[in-house]
Amino acid sequence: MPGSPEAAATPRTLVIIPAYNEEAALPGVLADLARCCPDLDVLVVDDGSRDRTAEVGRAAGVLVAPLPYNLGIGGALRTGFRYALRAGYERAVQFDADGQHDPAEIAKLLAALDAGADMAVGSRFASTASDYSVGRVRRRAMRLLHFTLRVLSGRSFSDTSSGFRAFDRETLTLFATTYPVDYMDSVEALLLAVYAGLRIVEVPVEMRDRTAGVASNRNFKLIYHYLRLFVVLISSASIRGRHTREAS
Amino acid sequence: MTARTLATGMPPRAHVLVGIVTVSSLLFIVRLVRRRQLRAKYSLLWLSVGVGITLLAIGPSILDDVSRRLGIDYPPATFLLVAVTFLFLVAVHFSWELSRLEDRNRALAEEVALLRMAVGPPHSPADDERDSNRA
Repeated sequence: MPGSPEAAATPRTLVIIPAYNEEAALPGVLADLARCCPDLDVLVVDDGSRDRTAEVGRAAGVLVAPLPYNLGIGGALRTGFRYALRAGYERAVQFDADGQHDPAEIAKLLAALDAGADMAVGSRFASTASDYSVGRVRRRAMRLLHFTLRVLSGRSFSDTSSGFRAFDRETLTLFATTYPVDYMDSVEALLLAVYAGLRIVEVPVEMRDRTAGVASNRNFKLIYHYLRLFVVLISSASIRGRHTREAS
Repeated sequence: MTARTLATGMPPRAHVLVGIVTVSSLLFIVRLVRRRQLRAKYSLLWLSVGVGITLLAIGPSILDDVSRRLGIDYPPATFLLVAVTFLFLVAVHFSWELSRLEDRNRALAEEVALLRMAVGPPHSPADDERDSNRA
């Protein structure tokens, strides 16, 4: 609705796309974004790619921040959050470079922010559509993780690993310096946001199958990551306990 | 007076071996310090370790005396206890310092990305040629 009074008041929004070796998928994703949401600014954070990801982004006319080496998705996101804050954006959307998210659904996430949420998480399990096939070990680990998160945060999330999220300025301020940098960052981030007292809502979205499978992690590596995550979650819970005791 | 009595129980051949190891470690530390390859705080740390080991190598009876006063029957156990405790603390300290360095390194990389974006992509000679042709 361009020209309407609401349009003038629309908060400035930045779409942050962490991209690692995504020269093949990125042009299509950027074209879809430009077609669907021309009023959103786009920042591609090139996470130390060895291919032409940065060039592809520049050719599409979007902002490109090239990291000097690979930091992982958490580091790339944090770079985007920092930029969003500095450039004065009120909101930011995290969007995948591999085309598994539908740009048309960004509006749903932003609507959740409009409704008062500080962070909106696109959840593929809250919708009826996709059944995500996962292995036996992974499924058990996910259940245990889900349970731990529910105990520590006091609420239930249906999709703890979603990379399709929207943040308001308060959340961006928190995440610009503290966003977790290790594998499975999104789980830690949820707990961090809950403990900071931010309002998180889950929004059902559909996700396309990712073309290149990252889900083929070796089991022992997976076990290491889950163990690490448990330590992190429990230690952040204990720190939080201390803060609340000091406050009372 | 033979070498055996001087070394208080340590066989002469072992004493020579300990001496060689000690002197070469000390020389190695001194070399690192002189070349400024160690920060001052670590120089101090490892130099005092070197001096301590040297003292022990010269007079192993020091260890026996200390053990007796501490009530430890087996002097090598005293040495192992001190060594393990010290190395444990050093390792923990290094992990802490590594984590801190990694955090700072990360923050720097993030800033570099944003600065590179602000500066813009580097111009290749081909680009310049194209620009001048256009002008």
